[in-house]
Amino acid sequence: MSVKQISVFLENKSGRLAAVARLLASRGINIRALSIADTSDFGILRLIVDRPEEAYRALKEEGFTVSLTDVLAVAVPDRPGGLAPALEALSEANLNIEYLYAFVARHADQALVLLKVDDRERAVKVLEEAGFKVPSPEEIYSL
Amino acid sequence: MWNPKAECLPREELEELKLERLKNTVRHVYENVPFYRRKMDEAGVKPEDIRSLEDIRHLPFTTKEDLRENYPFGLFAVPLKDVVRIHASSGTTGKPTVVGYTREDIEVWSEVMARTLGMVSASSEDVVQIAYGYGLFTGGLGVHYGAEKIGCTVIPTSGGNTKRQIMLMRDFGTTILCCTPSYACYLVEVMAELGVSPRELKLRAGLFGAEPWSEGMRREIESNLGIEALDIYGLSEIIGPGVAAECLCKEGLHIWEDHFLPEVINPATGEPLPPGEEGELVFTTLTKRGFPVIRYRTRDISFLLPEPCACGRTHVRMGRVKGRTDDMLIIRGVNVFPSQIEEVLLSLGYTEPHYLLVVDRERRLDVLEVWVEVSESIFRDEVRGLEELEEKIRREIEAVLGIAVKVRLVEPKTIQRSEGKAKRIIDRRDLR
Repeated sequence: MSVKQISVFLENKSGRLAAVARLLASRGINIRALSIADTSDFGILRLIVDRPEEAYRALKEEGFTVSLTDVLAVAVPDRPGGLAPALEALSEANLNIEYLYAFVARHADQALVLLKVDDRERAVKVLEEAGFKVPSPEEIYSL
Repeated sequence: MWNPKAECLPREELEELKLERLKNTVRHVYENVPFYRRKMDEAGVKPEDIRSLEDIRHLPFTTKEDLRENYPFGLFAVPLKDVVRIHASSGTTGKPTVVGYTREDIEVWSEVMARTLGMVSASSEDVVQIAYGYGLFTGGLGVHYGAEKIGCTVIPTSGGNTKRQIMLMRDFGTTILCCTPSYACYLVEVMAELGVSPRELKLRAGLFGAEPWSEGMRREIESNLGIEALDIYGLSEIIGPGVAAECLCKEGLHIWEDHFLPEVINPATGEPLPPGEEGELVFTTLTKRGFPVIRYRTRDISFLLPEPCACGRTHVRMGRVKGRTDDMLIIRGVNVFPSQIEEVLLSLGYTEPHYLLVVDRERRLDVLEVWVEVSESIFRDEVRGLEELEEKIRREIEAVLGIAVKVRLVEPKTIQRSEGKAKRIIDRRDLR
């Protein structure tokens, strides 16, 4: 149930993010979600797109340092207190979250949280047992 | 002048002395160092073939690679029991180049350093602060022994701890400062910050070396500190500091020819060049017993000035070192080869590393930044992972070089690719 996330190494200088966005645009690839983790010198851009393999190849050909990373998506209710129980379930199961970011889905009253955890398979089980829906990769790409 | 008789020896006598000493040295290495014997046999030269100073050109060159291949003591010409001191400089492949001194060699070293300090008439009245590094590096101890031989009051501060350097300089009444020129500039800046005026100091002269510097830097140091600033030259393979030094005329550095025989060659062909022409400096030691070297290729680019000097010294002068025939950098007095960085990256499992050394002078101090392109093989999806990588590369490089560096991870293709030899260095320091 892993979602393919594109991770791109970017230096902290102007125009780098735009270059990625422009490249994906030119290939008709749609960005579903993104986040940036940064330090003073560099950043890691993380993207969920509709066609990850294609985006990966395009970025690689263009000379970016890029990798495909398996992340986990979980749907939580889009209301106060929607996220907390999901995180608590993971915490109680001693699962570490490396990072996460979220976006609100357009049509349903739910938010989608993307997580990088140390043990993905167990996390899926824990979340499902706690009553959360773990959407399939296809559902995420086609949102 | 420390030793007027030797320093002003008439040229004719000097040439005779050089020839006699060259013959002795060649016989000494032929009899005691298998490496030299083999090389000379291969070249078909016997010690008795050296009949004039010109005959030196029949002898094979010695290179840094030869020193490395004979690590650690292969080129020593005396048994280790006769060696009283060992120095070493950082090597390009983890192995340092090692040199050894007999008691007599230390005496020679002290003598040539005393002459060097004599350029500013150092005497027992002087307080000499030595801010060159002490330890395996020859800088600190080399100057130290020369200053003690004269009878100066020596303050062996070694490098670093700038505030304390300034405090001691003021409180102990230092009259002569010995350090790298860039460190002298840095001292000036920190003094200004601390509100210490040069007028509070008794400083009157400085001997600066171990890295290239410019006339502009000299003027700055001299006017800011109100001192005479002289350039000194040396390298551990020959003896350390004390191979050559400027006199107060400041028109080239006198090479102590009765101990070191200089040549300038075309680095491409190895052919000796006539005086005045620029090329690679080559030295043969004439009096060393423990670690004599024959025609050592320094990779330093300079030229010889045979004209008599107004100071009265008869020893030939060399121009300021203009650069290198290889890609060695000198950063805060430390020799740095790009290949050392490459070795570190390879040892960390980074295949085909793309890297660049960016050297700059910030606040008067040389700073080395190492740019490393993040390829897919070392890319991690987590900031922590990349920061750890950065930190690891930094620590490993610092362990090899012995100086602080900053590591910067950059995107692929940031570093310019070129046909043939990759450009590994950007030197932003203004050294001319």
